[in-house]
Amino acid sequence: MSSTQKPTQKRAQNILLILGVIVLALLPLWIVERPAAGPDGEVAIFGGADDQAKNLIGEINPEYQPWFESLIEPASGEIASMLFALQAAIGAGFIGYYIGVGRTREKMRREMEELREELRAAAEQNGKQDQ
Amino acid sequence: MHIMEGFLPVEHAIGWSVASAPFVAWGIVSIKKRIAANPEQRILLGVAAAFSFVLSALKLPSVTGSCSHPTGTGLGALLFGPAAMAPIGAVVLLFQALLLAHGGLTTLGANIFSMAIVGPFVAYGVFRLARSLGASLAVGVFLAASLADLLTYVTTSVQLSMAFPDPVGGFMASFVKFAGIFAVTQIPLAISEGLLTVLIFNALARFNPAELRAMKLIDRAEVQA
Repeated sequence: MSSTQKPTQKRAQNILLILGVIVLALLPLWIVERPAAGPDGEVAIFGGADDQAKNLIGEINPEYQPWFESLIEPASGEIASMLFALQAAIGAGFIGYYIGVGRTREKMRREMEELREELRAAAEQNGKQDQ
Repeated sequence: MHIMEGFLPVEHAIGWSVASAPFVAWGIVSIKKRIAANPEQRILLGVAAAFSFVLSALKLPSVTGSCSHPTGTGLGALLFGPAAMAPIGAVVLLFQALLLAHGGLTTLGANIFSMAIVGPFVAYGVFRLARSLGASLAVGVFLAASLADLLTYVTTSVQLSMAFPDPVGGFMASFVKFAGIFAVTQIPLAISEGLLTVLIFNALARFNPAELRAMKLIDRAEVQA
């Protein structure tokens, strides 16, 4: 991000950043080996780390009993994923709005400057003709 | 990093809530002060909150074969100071605890401490340090956001190890196990969070340079890019 970078370099940097995130998200799907199926025939892979921690608590201290329950549980996995999607969508919508406004403002500012430049040039031209 | 509802012993739950409360109060005061002085930054504050909303909803697969999520707190900490993210993170965590059964009310204090206090303060400190050592804005932002993300999960591991020390090996043995789940899983996600935070910073620096300059995050030369 030095002052010598041009907009095209910035664009290239942004594309690389996005690619980096995609690669980091996809790579585990390729390199993690599928574990053998458990006793119930299900393959447990890419579960939540939070759940694993819960299981580890059970291993370290089998006597521990959670002393409070969630007030509302999403009725199913589908509903939970809907709520997570909603959370992300609201956030992304807001960010998109803000950047969109900034982008348009920047564009209008530039157009305004060009217009002012043209008017100034025209005024100078007129001044010369009058003399 | 969400410690589930009821999964911290009562005294730990209370202790972390007491530890988090003053930071949340400090954050509310600092946000009020900032918005009173710069009302035009209100929407940008919303962007910082929205970024944390988005990132903490993205459960990404990791090389350990389990899934976890970034936190998105680095951006707000750099824009509004580290304390400001405590109340914002608290809102995100409360939403998830109440509607998604993700985290919980009894563990809210502990989860605020890891995600909305330790993370933002790490981000702020790392950014200042990196910039004073001459790192570029992009490198500073990347390191700040990544390490904030990672240290959040290390904090969760510490919290759980304090509550559940191994009967044989004690705190350290538990910490190795919990960090094996949380911190190792988090490494690629922390890198992703760093990349995404640089991405949104680029967008803000491009289209809203006046705000970032007012926050003394960038100097005049850097917005010409």
